[in-house]
Amino acid sequence: MTTVAVKPATMAQALTRALRDAMAADPSVHVMGEDVGTLGGVFRVTDGLAKEFGEDRCTDTPLAEAGILGTAVGMAMYGLRPVVEMQFDAFAYPSFEQLISHVARMRNRTRGKMPLPITIRVPYGGGIGGVEHHSDSSEAYYMATPGLHVVTPATVPDAYGLLRAAIASDDPVVFLEPKRLYWSKDAWNPDDPQTVEPIGRAVVRRSGRSATLITYGPSVPVCLEAAEAARAEGWDLEVVDLRSLVPFDDETVCASVRRTGRAVVVHESGGFGGPGGEIAARVTERCFHHLEAPVLRVAGFDIPYPPPMLERHHLPGVDRILDAVARLQWEAES
Amino acid sequence: MTVMEQRGAYRPSPPPAWQPRTDPTPLLPDAAPYRVLGTEAAAKADPELLRRLYAQLVRGRRYNAQATALTKQGRLAVYPSSTGQEACEVAAALALADRDWLFPSYRDTLAAVVRGVDPVEALTLLRGDWHTGYDPYAHRVAPLCTPLATQLPHAVGLAHAARLKGDDVVALAIVGDGGTSEGDFHEALNFAAVWQAPVVFLVQNNGFAISVPLAKQTAAPSLAHKAVGYGMPGRLVDGNDAAAVHEVLTDAVQHARVGGGPTLVEAVTYRVEAHTNADDDKRYRADSEVDAWRDHDPIALMERELTERGWLDEAGVRAAREDAEALAADLRARLNQDPELDPMDLFAHVYAQPMPQLREQRAQLRAELEAGQEGEPR
Ligand SMILES: Cc1ncc(C[n+]2csc(CCOP(=O)(O)OP(=O)(O)O)c2C)c(N)n1
Repeated sequence: MTTVAVKPATMAQALTRALRDAMAADPSVHVMGEDVGTLGGVFRVTDGLAKEFGEDRCTDTPLAEAGILGTAVGMAMYGLRPVVEMQFDAFAYPSFEQLISHVARMRNRTRGKMPLPITIRVPYGGGIGGVEHHSDSSEAYYMATPGLHVVTPATVPDAYGLLRAAIASDDPVVFLEPKRLYWSKDAWNPDDPQTVEPIGRAVVRRSGRSATLITYGPSVPVCLEAAEAARAEGWDLEVVDLRSLVPFDDETVCASVRRTGRAVVVHESGGFGGPGGEIAARVTERCFHHLEAPVLRVAGFDIPYPPPMLERHHLPGVDRILDAVARLQWEAES
Repeated sequence: MTVMEQRGAYRPSPPPAWQPRTDPTPLLPDAAPYRVLGTEAAAKADPELLRRLYAQLVRGRRYNAQATALTKQGRLAVYPSSTGQEACEVAAALALADRDWLFPSYRDTLAAVVRGVDPVEALTLLRGDWHTGYDPYAHRVAPLCTPLATQLPHAVGLAHAARLKGDDVVALAIVGDGGTSEGDFHEALNFAAVWQAPVVFLVQNNGFAISVPLAKQTAAPSLAHKAVGYGMPGRLVDGNDAAAVHEVLTDAVQHARVGGGPTLVEAVTYRVEAHTNADDDKRYRADSEVDAWRDHDPIALMERELTERGWLDEAGVRAAREDAEALAADLRARLNQDPELDPMDLFAHVYAQPMPQLREQRAQLRAELEAGQEGEPR
C-alpha cells in the first residue's frame, strides 16, 4: 500500500492543475483571455500554461470580452474546446451579447448539430476589498439564461473536479470562481485528483437535524461557521453546498429539507430576483408538507455592490444567518 | 432566351462611379510623434505656458508618489499611478475651458485634480469609502471610469447634446491603449464622426494593458491611424512632451468647438510603474525597458528646455517643488484620517425614491448595528 502525501493546496492551485491536466489530456482545449499568458492571469490561475503549452494554447487576447467570447464560439464551431477567462465578474458584461444570443442557444437553434463546448471562467463575488466593478455576484443573470450550465466550487477538491467536468462538458458552462476563496487551503493530493464530480450534484457539507442552510461558493465557509456558532444556541444545522446552480439538484436539497423541516438560503447576490427566490420556490413546491416554517433568505442587499469600506455591512455573515435561523418558528417545537 | 443566347445584345450599364466619401490624406497622422521640446518649435512656445505646465508636472509627480506611498500604508485600497504619464494628464486638463467636460478613466485622477477636483475627492474611489467622491457637475468631470472604454460613448453623447442645445462645449475623453480594443471604443468613434460631435479622444498609449504589450493589442500602423477608418483626423504626439500634447489637444479642442468634428489623439508614453500596487511587472517586462524611458521623462524634458532657454530659474524650481510638497502634505494629513462612514448611505441613492424593500433592508441594518452586530468581513 502506498501512502500519498496530502499537502495543503489553494483553490487557485487546484484550478491551475485542472486546466493543465485538461490541456494535457485533450489538445483541443485552448485557454484564452486578458493577461492569461505571460502574466498567468491577475489571480495566477493560468500560471505556467503558456510556457508549458505555448501561446497558441494559452493566449493573451486583445482586450475585448465580446471578442474573446465571440471568437471562442467560432473556435468551438471548428472543433476546439475553448476555456475563456473573464478577468472579473463585472468585466464579463460586454460579452453578454455573445453569451445570450449565441453561446446559450446554438445547440437549440441547430437542433443539436452545433454544440458549443465552451467554459467561461468568471472570478466573482466580494469580500476582497475590491473597488467598484470588482465584486459583483452575477450568477442570477447566468441562471436566467436557458442553455447555460452554472457551477461554482467552494472547496479545493471541488475546484479541480468541477473545472475538469466543465471543460469536458459538451454544453457551455459558466464557471464561477469565488474570488475570496482563491487562497483558501484544503488538504488535497494533486497527484491523485480523480474526483471529477458530475455537474449537477449538490453535497451535504455538514449534517444536522434542526434546519438546512442551502448555499454555494463564497457563502459555504460562512454557513459552516454559522453552523458551528449555532451549536451554542442549541441548533444543529445542516449545510448543503449546491456546487451547481444549473442544473439544480432538487433531490439532495429536498432530501435535506425533508429531514430538517426548515431551510434558509444564503448567498451574496441580491435577494430580489436573486437565486434564493428560485431555490425557496422549488423547496416550497416540493417539501411544503415537511416545512415547519417558510423558507427564508439571507442575501446581499438589493443595492449596487458597496465600496470596500462598507462591504462588510452588505455580505451575509454569521449573525445575519443566525438571526434568520432564529426566525424559523421554533415556538411550535415545544 | 437565356442571357447567354442574348450575349451580343446584352450591355450592362456601368455602375455609378465610385468615389471615396472623404479624402483620407488629411486625416492621416504624422509618420512620427509630434514633438515641441528639444526641437525648433520650442523657440516659438509661450514661456509662461511652459512654466505653468512644468509646475503642474512637478505637482503631478509628487501627487502620484504620495498616493502610491499612502497605498503602501494601507490608506488607499489600490492606486493605478500615472507616474511618467503626467504630461498627458496635465495637458488634457489644461487644454479644456471651464465649460468643457473631461471623461477620465481610473488612471486619470491627476487630470481631474489639475482640473480643480479636490484630490481627496478624486481619490475616494481608490480609497474605498465611496465610488465617486466628487460632484461631476462641479468641475465638469465625469466619474472615473473602470469598465474600459465605456466612458467614450458617454463623451460623444454629452458633446452631441451640448451641440443640440447650441452650447459650444467640448468633451475630452481619455482611454488607454488596451481600451482601444473594446467595442465601445469603435462605436464611440463612429458615432462621433457620423454626428460630427465636438469630442476629442485622447489615447494614452503607455505600452501595456496590465501585462499585455501593444503588439498583442493591435496590428495597426499606430493607434492614431484608427481615426481614418471612421473619417476623423488622427494625430500622433509624444506623450511625454507636455508642450506638444498641450498644443495638439488645444488644436483638437478648438477644431471641435468651431464645428470641425472629432479628433483622435494618440499620445505615446510609458507606464513607468506597475499597473497598480497589486501588480508584479517583473513577470512580464525587463527593468532595462523601464530604464530606457527614464531619460525621456516628462519633467526632465520640460526642465531641460526651460533652463536651457533661461526661462526657469532656481526660484521657479523651488516654488514648483514647494507647491508640490504642500499638496502632498495636505493629502497625507487628510488621507491619514479615517473617513467618516455612514452605512445607511448604502441605501440612500439607489433610486430617487427608495423602494419599500430597500427601506426594510435599511431598517434591518440599522437594527443590527444598534444591536452591536457589525457584519463580519471574511
Ligand atoms: C471592460 C473591462 N475589461 C477588463 C478590465 C480589467 N482591466 C483593468 S485595467 C486593464 C488594462 C487596461 O489597459 P489600458 O487600456 O492600456 O490602460 P492602462 O491601464 O494602461 O492605463 C484591464 C484589462 C476592465 N477594467 N474593464
